Amino acid sequence: MTDLLVVDGVSRSFRGLRAVSEVGFTVPEGGIVGLIGPNGAGKTTCFNLIAGVLRPDQGDIRFAGRSLIGLRPDQIAAAGIGRTFQIVRPFPELTVRQNVTVGALLRHRRVADAEAAADAVLSRLELATKADRHAGSLTLPDRKRLEVARALATNPRLLLLDEVMAGLRPTEIDAMVAILVDLNRTTGLTILLIEHVMRAVMALCQHIVVLHHGELIAAGPPAAIQSNPTVIGSYLGEEALG
Amino acid sequence: MIAARAMGGALLLAGLAAPWLASEYVLSVLIVSLWFAYVGQAWNIMMGFAGQLSLGHAMYVGLGAYAAAGLFVFTGIGPWLGAPLAVIVAVIAGAGIGWLGFRFQVKGVYFALLTIAFAEFTRILFDHITVLGGSGGLFLPVGQRSGVDLINLRGGPVMFYYVIFVMTVAITALSWALLRTRLGYQWQAIREDAEAAEAVGVPVFRTKLLAVMLSAGLTALGGVFFAFYYNTLFPEQIFAKSRSIEMILAPIIGGMGTVLGPLVGALLLTPLGELTMAVIAGLGVTNAGVRQVVFGVLLILVLWFLPQGVWPWLTQRWAKGRRQ
Ligand SMILES: Nc1ncnc2c1ncn2[C@@H]1O[C@H](COP(=O)(O)OP(=O)(O)OP(=O)(O)O)[C@@H](O)[C@H]1O
Ligand SMILES: [Mg+2]
Repeated sequence: MTDLLVVDGVSRSFRGLRAVSEVGFTVPEGGIVGLIGPNGAGKTTCFNLIAGVLRPDQGDIRFAGRSLIGLRPDQIAAAGIGRTFQIVRPFPELTVRQNVTVGALLRHRRVADAEAAADAVLSRLELATKADRHAGSLTLPDRKRLEVARALATNPRLLLLDEVMAGLRPTEIDAMVAILVDLNRTTGLTILLIEHVMRAVMALCQHIVVLHHGELIAAGPPAAIQSNPTVIGSYLGEEALG
Repeated sequence: MIAARAMGGALLLAGLAAPWLASEYVLSVLIVSLWFAYVGQAWNIMMGFAGQLSLGHAMYVGLGAYAAAGLFVFTGIGPWLGAPLAVIVAVIAGAGIGWLGFRFQVKGVYFALLTIAFAEFTRILFDHITVLGGSGGLFLPVGQRSGVDLINLRGGPVMFYYVIFVMTVAITALSWALLRTRLGYQWQAIREDAEAAEAVGVPVFRTKLLAVMLSAGLTALGGVFFAFYYNTLFPEQIFAKSRSIEMILAPIIGGMGTVLGPLVGALLLTPLGELTMAVIAGLGVTNAGVRQVVFGVLLILVLWFLPQGVWPWLTQRWAKGRRQ
């Protein structure tokens, strides 16, 4: 498989704090890769670097063979990367359908076409019955789903998911996992996901990257990561205790 | 939706019939009301739709007024060319302010301060442009008020009434249509959360700039009307901070971001202001500040009890009434 996303020796500091330090990993086309690590490890910062919200101090990020450095977030979205926000950011005064339509308008010029595309995404994420509600009135699990729906509506090649299972009940997690697996199988959507819910990570990912204090401490298939002593010491052990 | 349509239809009919029913005084109040509805709609595109606060919109009124009036005074060419000129001047000014503000990430209140600063700067500038009369004012030759010359916008109150009526209906229809376009969706997304909008591919800088330019150009047409209706322009009046504020009261009280809010707000506010003035004058008191106080109190009451504005509150009530 060819690599759709290549993160190559990327670093970023905030006033002396090295949030991401010489991190490198790849995401193969059609794959599902997990990005895990304790709180403050630099996972969300990685997403912001890929999505163009932040600029790396050094290193390169390539998507489908093309460097993303210097592109604006909207240009990166247009290039085919969709992202969700860990702290959800719906358009609260707009309806659920309008929220998703804004995403779909990236690929559709006509509003009617975008609405049709939005409705298809909404039914896929089981939000169709809430399409006319104001996004601001949704519960947290629904807002998380809306984040995914809006990003999906941009029809991305790569989807960046930042803790979309956090705060969901086990049955809801299973439903989300099923949706993502289905999307990946049927449309070939490539996914990079940040997740603390290890059950979901292990069920979904073919490959896992572990960050700690901004540094990459391990990478490999789920089984290897689960039994990796460094990972257990710095993250999984503490998760198991907590 | 049905409430909006019924309301719209009733307003349209009443508006068309008004000059035949109203006295000259009432007609003049209606003209001012519709003028505030028109410029309120223009401002609403920038703030209500795209979420960019301007507190200096009097600048575009003034630029439009001076552009068209200057052309008319010096060459005799009427608004058929003056209006496009006014729009061009205002769009360039708006693009300049928008570019500065958005390029350097001046947001929210700071962007609003920038718009005030530019309006004030322009006022002082026009005080010193002697060819346009400076602080002494610019005066348009007044034709007979009985004839109707639409090309040169010379005529009586009934003509001016229908001109501003058509302008207001047109800008309301435009607002309605804009909200349903791709651009309208993208404006609203930026208003709600610019970073989230950018993440789904909305080119935020360009899209915000378009809102400012369109709003500025449309406001300038309000300025052209102002110039030819009043025939006198003073920088101290037309660029005044108080005008910038008065222009935004109707959309705020009526309901920002809605299509009919600015209209409803203006039709409530201006007649109320006039009524206050009449009552005050009847009491033999001369105090120009009373109207401002009344507007201020009304603004506080509306923001306190109906923070969304009068029009959204009305539609919600109607919807509730029908469900019961
Ligand atoms: N914009 C910013 N300005 C300053 N510091 C930041 C900024 N963004 C992140 N940081 C810091 O960088 C570090 C990494 O943060 P990041 O949000 O990437 O962690 P994370 O791995 O996503 O953690 P969590 O699991 O809690 O979401 C933290 O110490 C954080 O405080
Ligand atoms: Mg995070």
